[in-house]
Amino acid sequence: MSYDTVKSIVVLLALLIFGFIFLRQVYQLLWLNLQRGQPGPRYGQWGQRFKALIVYVAGEKRLFRIFLPGTAHFFIFWGFVLLFPTILQAIFDGLLAFTGSEFLLPLMDLGPVALLQDLFTLFVIIAVSYDLYVRAIVDPERYQGSHKNEGVRVLIYILTIMVSLLVMNGARINLEADPLAAWRPISMAVGSIFAGLSMTAQVVIEETAYWIHLGVVFLFLIELPGGKHFHVVTSVPAVFLRNLEPRGRLPSAPEFNGDVGVSKAEQFRWRNMLDFYTCTECGRCQDVCPSYNSGLPLSPKLLIMNLRDNMMERGAALSSGSSNGVLNKSLVGDVISEKTLWACTMCYACDQECPLFIEHIVPIVDMRRNQVIEGLVEVELQDALANLGRYGNSFGKSARARARWTRNFKPKLKDARKEKVEYLWFVGDYASYSPSLADITKMTVDVYQKVDLDFGILYEDENNSGNDIRRVGEEGLFEMLVEKNMAAMEKSNFKTIVTTDPHTYNTLKNEYPTLNGHQPVLHYSELLDQLTTSGKLKFSKKLGYKVTYHDPCYLGRYNGVYEAPRRVIEATGCELVEMPRHGDRALCCGAGGGRIWMDEGEVKERASESRIREAVELEGVTAFVVTCPKDVTMYRDAVKTTGYEERLVIMDLIELVHAAMDLDSNDPLA
Amino acid sequence: MSQDIYVVIEHLRGQVADISYVMLAAARVLAQGTGGEVVGVLLGHNNQELAGNLAADQVLYLDHPALAEFTSDAYQKTLASLIEEKAPRAVLFGSTSIGADIASVLSARLDLPMVALCRSFSAGGKYVSQICGGKIMAEGELPEPTALVTMIPGDFKPDEGKSDKPPNVTSVAVPALEELRVRLVGYVEPEAGDVDISQESILISVGRGIQTEDNIELAEELAELLGGVVSATRPVVDQGWLPISRLIGKSGKTVKPQLYLALGISGAPEHVEAITDSKMIIAINTDPNAPIFDVAQYGAEVDLLDLTEVLIEMIEEA
Amino acid sequence: MNIVVLIKLVPDLVEELTIDDSGTDLERDWLRLIINEFDDHALEQGILLKEQSEGQVTVVAPDTEGVDDVLYAAAARGADKLIKLLGEFEQGVNSHALARASASVVQDLQPDLVLTGVQAHNDLDGSVGPLLAEFLGMPYVGYISGVTVGDKKSIARKEYPGGLIAEMEISLPAVLGIQAAEEPPRYVAISKVRQAMKTATIEEQEIIELDSSGGPTISRMFLPEATERATMIEGDEEEVAAKLVEIFQELGLL
Repeated sequence: MSYDTVKSIVVLLALLIFGFIFLRQVYQLLWLNLQRGQPGPRYGQWGQRFKALIVYVAGEKRLFRIFLPGTAHFFIFWGFVLLFPTILQAIFDGLLAFTGSEFLLPLMDLGPVALLQDLFTLFVIIAVSYDLYVRAIVDPERYQGSHKNEGVRVLIYILTIMVSLLVMNGARINLEADPLAAWRPISMAVGSIFAGLSMTAQVVIEETAYWIHLGVVFLFLIELPGGKHFHVVTSVPAVFLRNLEPRGRLPSAPEFNGDVGVSKAEQFRWRNMLDFYTCTECGRCQDVCPSYNSGLPLSPKLLIMNLRDNMMERGAALSSGSSNGVLNKSLVGDVISEKTLWACTMCYACDQECPLFIEHIVPIVDMRRNQVIEGLVEVELQDALANLGRYGNSFGKSARARARWTRNFKPKLKDARKEKVEYLWFVGDYASYSPSLADITKMTVDVYQKVDLDFGILYEDENNSGNDIRRVGEEGLFEMLVEKNMAAMEKSNFKTIVTTDPHTYNTLKNEYPTLNGHQPVLHYSELLDQLTTSGKLKFSKKLGYKVTYHDPCYLGRYNGVYEAPRRVIEATGCELVEMPRHGDRALCCGAGGGRIWMDEGEVKERASESRIREAVELEGVTAFVVTCPKDVTMYRDAVKTTGYEERLVIMDLIELVHAAMDLDSNDPLA
Repeated sequence: MSQDIYVVIEHLRGQVADISYVMLAAARVLAQGTGGEVVGVLLGHNNQELAGNLAADQVLYLDHPALAEFTSDAYQKTLASLIEEKAPRAVLFGSTSIGADIASVLSARLDLPMVALCRSFSAGGKYVSQICGGKIMAEGELPEPTALVTMIPGDFKPDEGKSDKPPNVTSVAVPALEELRVRLVGYVEPEAGDVDISQESILISVGRGIQTEDNIELAEELAELLGGVVSATRPVVDQGWLPISRLIGKSGKTVKPQLYLALGISGAPEHVEAITDSKMIIAINTDPNAPIFDVAQYGAEVDLLDLTEVLIEMIEEA
Repeated sequence: MNIVVLIKLVPDLVEELTIDDSGTDLERDWLRLIINEFDDHALEQGILLKEQSEGQVTVVAPDTEGVDDVLYAAAARGADKLIKLLGEFEQGVNSHALARASASVVQDLQPDLVLTGVQAHNDLDGSVGPLLAEFLGMPYVGYISGVTVGDKKSIARKEYPGGLIAEMEISLPAVLGIQAAEEPPRYVAISKVRQAMKTATIEEQEIIELDSSGGPTISRMFLPEATERATMIEGDEEEVAAKLVEIFQELGLL
């Protein structure tokens, strides 16, 4: 039997064997498990979805948020796309070797295509070398916990595949068997290294390179499923089918045979399961997680990896009918520790950062939902929930006392339940009940009254909006609060809702049923922006302070409101200096996700303290401007515990506006 | 039927409880109005000497092995026959783990009226009780024919119920105590705590208002600065945030520090009764109606967490 | 193991309390009622005992405003049977009346153990547990913070001051006054309570007559006179702290 015949048989067998292994794994790991998962929503908005493929997959947009590694991956990805035909070509060459003739796949006979492929082979080699350098020498923090060995191994596979391709091409050029030789400068250069050897040697080199090339390709193929490189298969569907709902809208609680939320890995929605497989273990989410950075045991990356692994092992156990202890592992407890689950502040930084739009928040909320149903909630959170359920606020104070803060205002604030108003001011728990926020709330009233804003409040009929209660997993309590608030709002007559709390803003805007067919909800910074832009609000003083602004999670990342508060700050005559982590990279203060109601746990450096330290690095900046009552509370604390009170004043935006309107002489920076 | 006022003496492991003396002092006020005698009722076994310093006109001593230490069944059966026979004007019990176990049982058993949570008696012989966590007072005629009253301390000091002259002790026969349904198995000592708060002179005490376990650190910082120790009320100890050795109140310790700083404590009677001997009580609570302000010398309605932080800073600077 | 838990709702002290026009009772219009904290612990203890050894928990409560929600929440926590006593309970009823009213109902349930809170803050005529015990002819021990149940007997941990515990052996059936459950009352998700509202039923027992004799008459109810009220320090945290530092210095602590 001739060598070529043997070659064909071996390639055919390899294709069948490795192909079968690969497909079987995809079937078992991906298909079977996804089948068990909860159904997802109907899909639509196809135009937007195709656009996302172009921007985020073809364009690799999110990867460039870390520039050099992002660039490297861009070339590796495009290299893969452009060079995939060469792999197919190699397989065909093998299969058809026994015929003795060549069969070129479409486009493979075009010179420009060959040139592009040749250049990209070099680019990939450069990119991979850079990546190996990063892994070996730099070893960034974000890879802690990832399968680093797998990462290095695959990079070496890719390097090998690329080099062997060049060697193969070079040998063929030396054998004058390549009509497109002129279009392959790189291959030619490689070939020139051993061009002096005999023809036989060239053939041997070509065939050796061929077997290495194909061998590593098949090895890589069966390594893909279930590991960090599975994203090669799943990323396109994952990005295509990503969640296009508003970010601040959680899906309703999944129910599985009467169990609410997720208590076993196979109860996740199949869409989230696809996400688990798509994780590349890149760690970008880990880098931006405020909890991880403060020393708490939460890494969004490790969370997804653990869920993926548990889902796979459970899937295998369920399919084979054998248990071997795997099915006895509790999802929350053994696979994900309780501390991890409750450490999340729901700030969206991880979901924002992930290049493949993996949702970390939804699985966490689904697991929390089950914990709450089972009553497995820590005592302090229990107390807060009991208070919220009973009194409608987390302070445990009487619902009747909610509007006491309005007692001394003249004229009395309008009761939106009784008279028609243009703006319904949804005040929020903190502004109503917390004595430390009384000064800011008063200033807000002063400003509204000075611009003759037609506003009213719901007095005692206002309840906590429920945003964080939903994120803690108490869906039933959330629904109850929505009912109560809707009952009060439906009786009232107003055009727009304005609120001082971004958490309230988020849920009213995205999760509450729409009133009268539409839901105009403004954050007070948006209202102030509208008023300053339209000229209704004029400032009599130019403040001239150098300030920095902290984007609250629910205003910025969740709802895209970045510019309005900044315009207001500039309108007051202040100079805005940005912190390194600003806009959608702003670091959460740590109070969200219900954490303000929980035991802090063992933190090494609070997120809020880290933020203060970031702000004091800005030269000349004397004020830290916030637009969320929780931020006021957290940062006033942090500035004391870090010892920077003399250096940095925490100011709510309304304080700047108040001072610029020259409404009274209580300017803390004067 | 007599006009005497009976006081059920409470004792535990050979010690007469302070509440017994408080009741004797209260009984004296009542007896002056009714014209009867103050009669101490001592149930026990071979411990007649406990009657030694009781400020009573006479003491009835009932001895039986089953009465050596308190058990509800033995005590109520014994007292039932005594009260039925003697029919005094009133019988005072402590509003305690001892008194409250038997007073109501006797009320149902003997069909006699009850008044609970009584602090004192007014000049006209009216009872004055404190309910709703100390927020509401109720006053009324002492019910007839024999009023069973459970008392809380506060208006009388134990010393007012002690006497140098030992009272007359009369032995009274005890009915047959068979088929007792409650038996004392034994006592379990509390774990030796790191500190004995009843001996400390500066106490920073935290109540519900401390909100989370983490915030207790603040109180501990403050305590350290002042050379004191952190103590707590029931809700804090029930959560496990501080050991039971730090509990102040009816089930905990009674304290007499030089300074008692009450942070986020409402001042329910069960707690207040254990701190009234403090030299200075300062209370921080955002509820202006909290009963703690009635026993404190100074008070403020600010947020206790903010205040503690500022206070710590100011002390460090001073 | 047949456990009966008797609970009641009492005025919520978070709300402001005022006296009515007659001057002898609380103003009930503004009252919000909440489960008596100790009854909540008694219920939790009952559920814990049911979970440890197979048993059944029946919850009995007088009909006052909001009692249905409380009973459904009890079912959501694990109570098996819910009984509401119908009668003139709206204006508040004293412990003697409640004990008499519930005695025959509890008797018919033939319990091994009856649990109730050791006290309630508005019990001017003493707590309901010991009264009920006597009407049922059962022994009573109060201030319990731990219970184990055996055959015909139970061992209960009775609390004394200073953290001292007395272990009492009690013949069953008995009534125990619970001070604290072995675990703090568990959280019940609102959705579970709502579900219980659909699946659980509340049985009703009509109480014909309420006999409240045995309690005192009230000639006057009033808010405590602030004769010795504390000197209030005005101002914000800084001002208060400054004054406190002064006081500490005067006391010689600094």
